[in-house]
Amino acid sequence: MTGSEIERLVQMLARLPGLGPRSGRRAALALLEKRETLLKPLIAVLENVESAVIACGRCGNLDATDPCALCVNTKRDGSKLCVVENIASLWALEGAGVFSGRYHVLGGVLSPLDGVAPDDLSISSLVSRAAESDVREVILALSATVEGQTTAHYLVDRLASSDVVITKLAHGVPIGGELDYLDDGTLGAALQARRPA
Amino acid sequence: MNWIDEGIFLNARNYGESASFVTILTRAHGRHAGLVRGGSSRRLRPILQTGNFVQCAWRGRLEENLGTFTIELSHAIAAALLDNPVALAGLSSACGLVSVLLPEREAHSTVFHSLRKLLDTIKRDNNWFTEYVRWETNLLRELGFGLALDSCAATGQTDNLTWVSPKTGRAVSADAGAPYADHLLPLPKFLIIQNSASTGEIRDGLKLTGHFLGRAAESGGCALPPARNRLLDSFSRTPTTSCDNNVL
Repeated sequence: MTGSEIERLVQMLARLPGLGPRSGRRAALALLEKRETLLKPLIAVLENVESAVIACGRCGNLDATDPCALCVNTKRDGSKLCVVENIASLWALEGAGVFSGRYHVLGGVLSPLDGVAPDDLSISSLVSRAAESDVREVILALSATVEGQTTAHYLVDRLASSDVVITKLAHGVPIGGELDYLDDGTLGAALQARRPA
Repeated sequence: MNWIDEGIFLNARNYGESASFVTILTRAHGRHAGLVRGGSSRRLRPILQTGNFVQCAWRGRLEENLGTFTIELSHAIAAALLDNPVALAGLSSACGLVSVLLPEREAHSTVFHSLRKLLDTIKRDNNWFTEYVRWETNLLRELGFGLALDSCAATGQTDNLTWVSPKTGRAVSADAGAPYADHLLPLPKFLIIQNSASTGEIRDGLKLTGHFLGRAAESGGCALPPARNRLLDSFSRTPTTSCDNNVL
């Protein structure tokens, strides 16, 4: 392989999640071999995304408009506010099509190791949104990790003065999960959270 | 170079796309860091949670290398506490203190065994608060900041001890400490005699140990973990009642 331009392209591609140097080379080769059908459209899309996509000032989602399409959609249930850790979580919930309320992207979870303190998260804006008259329920859809649940408990404290119901996601056996393959912690949490059949 | 040991999982950070950089308090090798390949995987993430008891095998070319861990779960602690904010704060605080204050790769089997006992108590017993404060006094002793609570620093008397000097960590009797009460730290009774304690006494105990833990952290050029402050906050918001039952 020759040419510093190609090297640079491979290096940039290799920095993307899921790609390494070898897959970066394959992607670079595919782009160069299909200039008209792949490379030029990709450049156009990237330029468009770079200039148009912004973070929604209300929920933190990424979109070409501010407020984003999810925030301005009047068909969505404005009484339910789902708090997610990051945009990947929002996309996961939205992709599943199981929630029709509004979102609030926290921007991470409390993590002393990574130096993430409450002020680094969008907690003040969450408290403001929870105080709005149409919000009835705040759903804490945070990771089932020590950091995620510590953040959830912190949010419960911060939202205590708001007149909203605070709920959080259940922990337990995943769909398709076989008990003998589950870890002890998940099994214990599932047993604790059992419900009448 | 390799060894197998039992450990208490302290923390993990993502490293690259699938690996995790982890720290474990091991019985014979102290607080030890290493890389776990596939640590971000769906199979390993439930295991790599703060407070879990694990079996770990460390392998490195040289002893001073970072090395890699292979980890298996012995006993899950974190999952059982996720819904209990105070218990979770206790777990995070204890593990955070060990992460911050214990030197790396230096065996502290006393701390290992006492932390394992404490985490087990937090999981099983709602009344773990007095044991937590006692555990912090033991940690202070292990760090060289031990409190001397058996006799008064001024008079030598062994009864009616109600204060602790924030400078020396020695107990002071009620009479001798009265003129300096504003400058002394309250000494909760449960640290002298084995008995139950009120929420206020637990709070006093946490403030007492927190003062000296802060000094220990300062001497190491670091700060106490935020989880320790959150634990104290959760007691500060609670009215003073007996901790015989699950009052929080």
